[in-house]
Amino acid sequence: MPAYIGRRLLATIPVMAVVAVVVFMLLRLTTGDPAAIIAGDNATSQDVAAIRTKLGLDRPIAQQFVIWIGNVVRGDLGESFFFKKQVSQLIVERVEPTLALATCTLLLAVAMAVPLGVLAAWRRGTWIDRAVMGLSVLGFSVPVFVIGYLLIYLVAIQLGWLPVQGYQRLAEGFGGFIERLILPSITLAIVLVALIARITRASVLEVLNADHVRTARAKGLGEAAVLVRHVLRNAAVPIVTVIGLGVALLIGGVVVTESVYAIPGLGRLTVDAVLARDYPTVQAVILLFSVVYVMINLVVDLSYTLLDPRIRY
Amino acid sequence: MNTPRRLATLVSIVAVLLGSAVVPAAAQSTLRVVMHSDLKIVDPIWTTAYIVRNHGYLVYDTLFAMDAKGDVKPQMVDKYEVSGDQRTYTLTLRDGLIWHDGPPVTAEDCVASIKRWAAKDSMGQKMIGFVKEMQIVNARTFRIVLNEPTGLVLGALAKPSSNVPFMMPKRVAETDPNTQISDFTGSGPFIFKKEEWKPGDKAVYVKFDKYKPRAEAPSGLAGGKVVKIDRVEWKAIPDHQTAINALLAGEVDMLESPPHDLYPVLKADANVRLFSGNPLGNQYTFRFNALHKPFDNPKIRQAVLQAFNQEDFLKGVIGDPAYYKTCKSFFPCGSPLASTKALEGMLDSNFEKSKALLKEAGYDGTPILLMHSTDLAVLSNLAPVAKSLLEKGGFKVDMHSMDWQTLVARRAKKDAPTAGGWNAFLTSWVAADILNPVMMGFLNASCDKAMFGWPCDKDIEGLRDAFARETNLVKQKQIADQVQLRAVQYPTHIPLGQWYGAFALRKNVEGVLEAPVTVFWNVTKK
Repeated sequence: MPAYIGRRLLATIPVMAVVAVVVFMLLRLTTGDPAAIIAGDNATSQDVAAIRTKLGLDRPIAQQFVIWIGNVVRGDLGESFFFKKQVSQLIVERVEPTLALATCTLLLAVAMAVPLGVLAAWRRGTWIDRAVMGLSVLGFSVPVFVIGYLLIYLVAIQLGWLPVQGYQRLAEGFGGFIERLILPSITLAIVLVALIARITRASVLEVLNADHVRTARAKGLGEAAVLVRHVLRNAAVPIVTVIGLGVALLIGGVVVTESVYAIPGLGRLTVDAVLARDYPTVQAVILLFSVVYVMINLVVDLSYTLLDPRIRY
Repeated sequence: MNTPRRLATLVSIVAVLLGSAVVPAAAQSTLRVVMHSDLKIVDPIWTTAYIVRNHGYLVYDTLFAMDAKGDVKPQMVDKYEVSGDQRTYTLTLRDGLIWHDGPPVTAEDCVASIKRWAAKDSMGQKMIGFVKEMQIVNARTFRIVLNEPTGLVLGALAKPSSNVPFMMPKRVAETDPNTQISDFTGSGPFIFKKEEWKPGDKAVYVKFDKYKPRAEAPSGLAGGKVVKIDRVEWKAIPDHQTAINALLAGEVDMLESPPHDLYPVLKADANVRLFSGNPLGNQYTFRFNALHKPFDNPKIRQAVLQAFNQEDFLKGVIGDPAYYKTCKSFFPCGSPLASTKALEGMLDSNFEKSKALLKEAGYDGTPILLMHSTDLAVLSNLAPVAKSLLEKGGFKVDMHSMDWQTLVARRAKKDAPTAGGWNAFLTSWVAADILNPVMMGFLNASCDKAMFGWPCDKDIEGLRDAFARETNLVKQKQIADQVQLRAVQYPTHIPLGQWYGAFALRKNVEGVLEAPVTVFWNVTKK
């Protein structure tokens, strides 16, 4: 196992290298000039040129890449063109809201989707099954921002139960923290619930007809025990895989949800940085997202060994 | 405990937790505002971005300021004298002006600030060209000695919009103009809370208790800057719909620039009101690139003056006539130099005349590469209207859609349109930026040194220089009229009418001033 983990960690290096090159080149090939944006609308060409020189953007692209990648290897993600702060500092400031939102969303999604999927499979062909599958199609189909605006209109504006927008740090009080996370988490969880519930249903259906389940029932085990101990555990590998994939979906959803709910997290930072052509920030955030994604895949792969003792690395 | 009781207990716990969060964290005198943009840069001399200018008006003060009538009034200056030969301006600062960190504002600070501003600002550069030297007389008095008389000095020092000549401590003002400042000490009515500034979230300003306002009533950007709230928080909410929802729910108190198409939503709410705070408003403008075919030919540019009409543009973007007006003047209607004489008989969509001019000019059907900005609501419909009118007027148009930041980068390119350059684009100017021929950047016709579009005309430049030298207001007006006449013969750009935005305010917010820039003194929250 340690050798496997070591190999997997080493394998992330070429992945990161490819991501770094692609992101760097994509940004340079995209139209737009951070110097012109920084200078403002009334600036002259001379002002823009002076800022470009200051930022080092007048150097050849290859030279810019070598400087940047050299700094990244030494752990220096560079300074944001706009915020005049170290990108690492910006990321640290923005991590908490995104982490909180992603965690709440995942917990909510798994807590809702797995029971719903099991229920739909257990009551296959009934109105419950059709209702769960119908809702999951709806969850897939409606865009995140539409769900967000609908929830804001109903829950925050009409009923006044929860705030429209914003984020409160956990250190400033749990009430305000969780209150501001409920709507964004529901918004973001809906598509995940749809995805996980469908896979759970399919996976559970497959196991429900297995011999060991029939045996368990024949032994006189209660239905709940059969479902949880014998069915769900054996159906868990595809479910965990899809939860891992769901995290990738979350990364995209976080960008939209943080914009709709004005949450100052990494998603908003990414949008702001892309619009402002803040190269160092975009590069660092995308690298970070890639690392997170690779690590989650690794964790998912390792979790298989816990769920199914037959799997060994 | 049975299940219903467990559920009831759980609901109670959640209710208590949520209830505790409903108590407002902020004091009653905190004004929470959603500005038109997030504050990312905090040096109002380094950038011309309007959000940074607005930040500047909170933190810094100016020597002179423009009042509601457009007249220049002393602000930090107590008294000033102009010598008989109009070559020496002696300025004495008001007593009691201090920096946020305690020391008094001195003449030395002001001279250093003027130098840094003049190194960056186009009007400042014009003014400093007349300056022989700046002499320190004593701690509160300094002299600006000119090589020759100019009417620019007071107007430039009272320049209301970017770049504004804000006064900074000498140690800050000595920063290289092309390097951002990192010390945000000012002497203005608010202190910037650097430690609470979180780009992408909020910027915070607190009342500067030791600020000494002028005794006069506030008027425009001049008069007494009396602060009546303890704290101003700029909340970064980039999504317009979310910002409006936050205002309706009472989570914020003011939106600086809600989009026009959402005004009906705001008007329908009894707790919200709309307030037009900028009486001069903004001007839509069509900008030519004079470097490339076909707009390198002034006659072909004149044909555009015949093809366009202002109403179509204004209706297409703003819609509600209460928030726009046609104004056939290069200088904003309502400002001292406005005149509609030069553009009489133009901007009426006379397509036949446009076609006749094109034929006379030998237009060969070269398509106009028109840049279309798609992401800013106040600009996005302009280019399609322009395309339609240009085509009716006999032009061929190739419209390229892009986001504003891409347009900003592309407009700086002098390449041919087929090689990544451009022929024309549309934008909007804050009226306060275009009040006279020197301030109006698009009238700068100094070829390579001009703003993007690079018009090149000795007559316009001669008139702009004459305007800068003239000290008599009546004669300045005459020169401004001549500039407009010349700008019709050699069009640098086309004014497409004025439009007005409105602040959206909770009804408990009062005292917001009419001014060309959003300011927060005099504002109360009940």
